[in-house]
Amino acid sequence: MKKVWFLVLFAALFVACSSDNGGGDNGSDNVDPAPVSFERGAMLENWADNIIIPSYESFTAELSALKAAFETFKTDSNEANLTALRASWLSAYKTWQHVSLFEIGPAETVGLRLNVNIYPVDAEKIDGFVQSGSYDLTLSSNRDAKGFPALDYLINGLGENDTAIVSKFSTTEKDGLISYIDVVLNDMETLITQVISQWKAGYRDTFVNNDGASSTASVDRFVNDFILYYEKYLRAGKMGIPLGVFSGEVLPRNVEAYYKADVSNELFLEGLAGVQNFFNGNHFQKASSGESLASYLEALNTLKGGEDLAELINGQLNAARTRVEALGSFRSEIENNAPPTNMLKAYDEVQRAVPLLKVDMVSAMNISIDFVDADGD
Amino acid sequence: MTLNKENCLTRAVEAAPLAVFRIFFGLMMLLGLLRFVAYGWVDKLYIQPKFFFSYYGFEWVKPLGSFTYFIFLLCAISSIMVVLGYRYRLASILFFLSFTYIELMDKTTYLNHYYFTSLLAFLMIFLPANAYYSIDALRNSENAFQKIPVWTVNSIKLLLGIVYVYAGLSKLNSDWLIEAMPLKIWLPSKFDIPLLGNMMHLDWTPYFFSWVGALYDLTIPFFLLNKRTRPYAFAAVVIFHLLTRVLFPIGMFPYIMIVSTLIFFDASFHHKLLKRLDKWFKVGIQRFDNSRVLVDKKTRRFSFKTAILALFFLIQLCLPFRYLAYPDELFWTEEGYRFSWRVMLIEKSGYAQFKVVDTESGKWFYVDNSDFLTTFQEKQMAFQPDFILEYAHFLKQNFEKDGHKKVAVYVDSYVSLNGRLSTPYIDSKIDLTQEKESFQHKNWILPFNDEITGL
Repeated sequence: MKKVWFLVLFAALFVACSSDNGGGDNGSDNVDPAPVSFERGAMLENWADNIIIPSYESFTAELSALKAAFETFKTDSNEANLTALRASWLSAYKTWQHVSLFEIGPAETVGLRLNVNIYPVDAEKIDGFVQSGSYDLTLSSNRDAKGFPALDYLINGLGENDTAIVSKFSTTEKDGLISYIDVVLNDMETLITQVISQWKAGYRDTFVNNDGASSTASVDRFVNDFILYYEKYLRAGKMGIPLGVFSGEVLPRNVEAYYKADVSNELFLEGLAGVQNFFNGNHFQKASSGESLASYLEALNTLKGGEDLAELINGQLNAARTRVEALGSFRSEIENNAPPTNMLKAYDEVQRAVPLLKVDMVSAMNISIDFVDADGD
Repeated sequence: MTLNKENCLTRAVEAAPLAVFRIFFGLMMLLGLLRFVAYGWVDKLYIQPKFFFSYYGFEWVKPLGSFTYFIFLLCAISSIMVVLGYRYRLASILFFLSFTYIELMDKTTYLNHYYFTSLLAFLMIFLPANAYYSIDALRNSENAFQKIPVWTVNSIKLLLGIVYVYAGLSKLNSDWLIEAMPLKIWLPSKFDIPLLGNMMHLDWTPYFFSWVGALYDLTIPFFLLNKRTRPYAFAAVVIFHLLTRVLFPIGMFPYIMIVSTLIFFDASFHHKLLKRLDKWFKVGIQRFDNSRVLVDKKTRRFSFKTAILALFFLIQLCLPFRYLAYPDELFWTEEGYRFSWRVMLIEKSGYAQFKVVDTESGKWFYVDNSDFLTTFQEKQMAFQPDFILEYAHFLKQNFEKDGHKKVAVYVDSYVSLNGRLSTPYIDSKIDLTQEKESFQHKNWILPFNDEITGL
């Protein structure tokens, strides 16, 4: 009898110890997916196939259009073509706001967000590069001289008005400017092509099949990224930092699209729409929708009872939108009001969604933040 | 068997169970340390962070930069010495000190099982665990005893019993038993575990686990004590702890508990185990069966030791009830929560945004917590008032060093407890730099808006 216990103990220890692999494995490989009330896999599929990949495709198309507009401007640098180029730039920049959120997998590997939209842009650095003609935009130290913010400077900030800007493209600087813009656009295109081809060449399946629950599972990782985006890039980057809420002094130069001056709030609203569409599982640019964080919360709520968190979150995001819609462009709000009270109030409204996402949603879904031993106390 | 002095304390029993316990305990500790280092946690938890949360009164215990590895090495070496029973007294003291030092470095990593380990290590200093099957006993036959007083084995059983029963008592509350919280939140996310995955979303599962868990904790020590129920009880121990291992990220704890409960078995079991071990090491186990009996002499040293251990157990019995001295809900304020065997009782998470005000210039700004804290630290900080207070004081220091004058720190914080919607946690009008850490109730914690009844 005792021998048996001895064996049981060691067998148990062996089995158990060998599964102690640091949470890297989500344990779902050879077990058929259980009939759970909510399928994380279905949500991941919806994210990948109906939201992430379509938005990348749309963004790629926008970039091509932007390049085409630049080709036209290149051959005939007049004000009308500059206006058209600018419109393409803005349109692509808006689509970018729906893509920026997905910094996971291939996008994380190439650092898409870091390479495409770091602002404030370093205008002096760009001037220097354009003059010298020698630069390497793949260096991480040059991230503030490329992407949309660099284009913002180059098509909106080179002169007082359109005549002045266009005239820059007829001086000796012309070649330098043209080739710089070419390099910037090609760099963006290369990156997004890399990202989308990797999504299609296998990452999609990796992402969807990693449907377990652990700090390395797709849902856990992506929910963390999603909240990080909302908190850091949308709330802080687009509003908080220029408002000076983290520095004590307003930093108007830190608004997104500083040189365009009148679109920063539009870009924010696109970003917010991207967040909310993703939260609700709305298919990209379609009226249909699928499994999402919202439907997941609803499924959990049927078990747990209590407040409808999905509704609360949507309500808060709507309230934030209403506040921001009532604002002028962020740059004018910050430059013309001291303190910029209305924008600070709007910021507070945006902020109010953070605890709902970061505390209530994460807690309801039991999302792991990190792999360390923790016994929930 | 009656509970009298001879039966519980002085009776001479085989030393083998304690020797086996020593070996397994040391091995488990060694494994745990290796695992910790292998995951890179020394670097991640004790070297990378810029700031560490201290226990009240132990602010002087800090990581030592890369020398922190040295503490881990010391701890590992002493655990090997414990396994071998080599210079056991020194080894057990070193192990206790180094392990406890590690745990005191940052309270972010507080786990009940680390605390349990420290207590056990402390207790082991006073036990003659090297009397049998140890290098000490081989080196000097004066130190070798086949029999030891029964209290030495019983003290370990008592500590284990306290852990289980108190863990069970702490489950007797309305959230656990009536709402099946927090298991109702945790279990559905474990849909991907083998075999049991597809029962995790069923309505009754969290209730079943909650009630069985409470019942298990409250009764298992008694079933382990009784010879007839022991085999079944041990099977329950193995199943229960392996289940917790599969369900929750609690590291080595399940194994430590499984191995520890072997102490309840009869000496014949431990003899067999040692014989098997001896086949590998070929020390010659019969050399230790010398019929010598260790008898406690009534010296002053022994009285001193008795007094320490009596105090130790008295503290163990009382400490978990200290929460009764505080107003408001324990789970909310966490005043008296730690060191009380409240394991896996709450799903709590929070959000804390700190506002730094330069009271001379009137300028203010929010703090990006990730500038100072790791994700794990930020998560733990956001729902524990003592963390929030300590961090606020750190922020004051940090920003005054940066040139801000007379800094005041306010926090806007939300906490969600066991599935309740998050509500404001700390009074946002209170300048936290004016508050001091103490054992007093922190009256700047906003009241809990619900009621949890029970122990």
